[in-house]
Amino acid sequence: MRTTREVRKMRPTGSMRTLHAEWTKFRTVRGWVLGCVGAALATVLFVLIGTVSSNQHPGGAAALPVGPGGEAVDDSYSFVHRTLTGDGSLTVQVTALTGVLSDPNGGPGRTSPGVTPWAKAGIIVTPSLTPGSSYVAVTATGAHGVRMQDDYVHDRAADLTGVPSPATPQWLRLVRAGRNVTGYDSTDGTHWTEIGTASVPGGAVQAGLFVTSPAAVQTDGGGGSSPATATGTFGRPALTGAWQGGWAYAQVGQDAGASGSYVPGTTGGYRANGDGAGVGFSITGAGDIAPVVGGPAGGPAFTVETFLVGTFVGLIVLGVLAAQFAAAEYRRGLLGLTLAATPKRGRVLGAKAVLVAAVAFVVGAGAAAVTLPLGEARAHAVHFAVLTVPAAEQLRAVLGTGLLLAAAAVLALSLGVLLRRSATAITALVAVTVLPYLLALGGMLPTGPAQWLLRLTPAAGFAVQQALPRYEQVLSVYTPANGYFPLPPWGGFAVLAGWALAALAAAAFVLRRRDA
Amino acid sequence: MNTVVLGRACRAEWTKLRTETGFRWLLVGLVAVTVAVGAASCDGARSVGDPARLALSGVTAGQAVAVVLAVLSVSGEYGSGLIQLTLSAVPARTTVLAAKAAVLSATVAVTGGVAVLGSLLLGHLLLAGGPALTDGSSLRAALGSVLYLVLVTLLALGVGFAVRDGGVASGTVLALLYLFPLLTHVVTDPWLQRQLARVGPMPAGLAVQATTGLDRLPIGPWTGLGVLALWTGAALLLGGAVLRRRGA
Repeated sequence: MRTTREVRKMRPTGSMRTLHAEWTKFRTVRGWVLGCVGAALATVLFVLIGTVSSNQHPGGAAALPVGPGGEAVDDSYSFVHRTLTGDGSLTVQVTALTGVLSDPNGGPGRTSPGVTPWAKAGIIVTPSLTPGSSYVAVTATGAHGVRMQDDYVHDRAADLTGVPSPATPQWLRLVRAGRNVTGYDSTDGTHWTEIGTASVPGGAVQAGLFVTSPAAVQTDGGGGSSPATATGTFGRPALTGAWQGGWAYAQVGQDAGASGSYVPGTTGGYRANGDGAGVGFSITGAGDIAPVVGGPAGGPAFTVETFLVGTFVGLIVLGVLAAQFAAAEYRRGLLGLTLAATPKRGRVLGAKAVLVAAVAFVVGAGAAAVTLPLGEARAHAVHFAVLTVPAAEQLRAVLGTGLLLAAAAVLALSLGVLLRRSATAITALVAVTVLPYLLALGGMLPTGPAQWLLRLTPAAGFAVQQALPRYEQVLSVYTPANGYFPLPPWGGFAVLAGWALAALAAAAFVLRRRDA
Repeated sequence: MNTVVLGRACRAEWTKLRTETGFRWLLVGLVAVTVAVGAASCDGARSVGDPARLALSGVTAGQAVAVVLAVLSVSGEYGSGLIQLTLSAVPARTTVLAAKAAVLSATVAVTGGVAVLGSLLLGHLLLAGGPALTDGSSLRAALGSVLYLVLVTLLALGVGFAVRDGGVASGTVLALLYLFPLLTHVVTDPWLQRQLARVGPMPAGLAVQATTGLDRLPIGPWTGLGVLALWTGAALLLGGAVLRRRGA
């Protein structure tokens, strides 16, 4: 209790006073305060239930490598390499890229020849064979022509298209000068086209020939993946500069990694081919050098989104609080008093909106800030892989969860004013947020309607929690059923915020028109 | 329980229900939402696993409207103080509960029946190889879906009497319905996932819509509906007990 004098001394004016009055109304209802605490606890509880049991598949990767940018990556390839201690260049002719695919419709052991679109046979420069290391590569691919890629997330198309064959070989070259590595390609080994430049750390690096192949992804129907193995045939590598030692073979990453697997009966390896011009190599590999994505291309792993599914409990609880915060005044007749004290109705509504938004933001961001590290620790404890994302994206998910709940609370408050009944308001809130999410991401709706639902309804706002990345250079099925929102994180949030503001404006309008 | 009293109580409840603000809109909404979501699911569906289940998937959305209807019929009375008049007119608490349950069941059964038939018809037209309308398992899915909606309504009625506040009641029921399927998304353990599908009122109850691959379901069609009925029974008992113990 404060004395009258204290109250008078601290009495602010106008909007602040209205806000203070609303805050007093809010904090003096014990159920509302308990509700906020309960909402946060329930959000955290979800992640504990989700990670209750340990990984039953010992083959499932316990930890995914993390790339230079902080993202989870696949880094598994067959590598014939030498040490390059300073500046130098590596030039090679790729004469074939072939492969074996498991036939998804055939029985076990049925295979057919073929390569996946992003199967790779090329040359690479990397400071270390540890998965997740920085690199620069120029590579022939199964269906995307010659590409220059570096540090997993960067991908550039070159001028050469098609698959290399003995009749149409593709020449690849990497030139290291200081920290810079420049990639070139050529059809004949004499006329070269520069593709681009990227950097690798200084000092000794491993450079050489590599082959890898992601699993074959069925992009139609339910989506699934099946093993694929690729074999690249190379001519004799031409070297200039400071090279050391002889050629050695390594399978980088212990097996084919999370996004690839060897077709039964095939293994990674290499063979030196003697021909007229000297020694060339045939290298067989599976896996990928690429960021990890969701869907059939990814393995079983926990993501930021799955840790945050408990947000729905928080959303429903806070929605109930916000709707009651509006509707309770109608029911108890307090509104007459409130409006007598503050005749400016817009100001009362504004104060209520600011208050519920602030409370919801604190609850949401707080719960998310606890849930993410807790979930990660729990997942590691039970031997599940975690799809690591850069710190900036984690921060976005935490703040985004707070903003998401804040916008949802404003929406619930406005629905409470518009519909006057908190039962109807809550159901409307759940029907436009939780239900579309469940229908779209639960795989109940086909892709088309599911994507429209996540573009138009307030459920689009959940995109702000999206941490699953999508990359052009990784083939997957980027649909809601695999956890992919059609809108970018802040774009999706803007849809939700738009709905909340529109509802608030409508509420302000009817509040002015209606009797208390 | 006197049948004459019950009959009168039912009549009174029907009058109150049909004069509830937005009653007609809620009924229209139930049918519209159910049919629209079902049609959206069928349209453009490439791989049809279970045509009847796909056509009836709108029930997952339509049930929310049934929940509002049930919760409003209780919270409206407590909010306006009408409950005191109701209980003076019919002092037997069980009779009040039974009358409300009967009237709501009948209303939702008829409305839900329209919604389910509409969904199946649209599914039949939209889906190549859509649900055969007269097939035994399709009939079970249709009848089961109507019963599912009635049971969800009664569940909401029980919760409504237990907590009285409309917002809290509908929040609780919708969380109970929708959180189990969301939780199965996160749970990695297949055993726990199956258990959740058996225990949750929505996943278990909707097992009644299955017409194909019955041997692979976590729970049988009628058993699943039975699980929902247990939830409903528990909610009604709780609501009835609170109604008896506490003053209006």
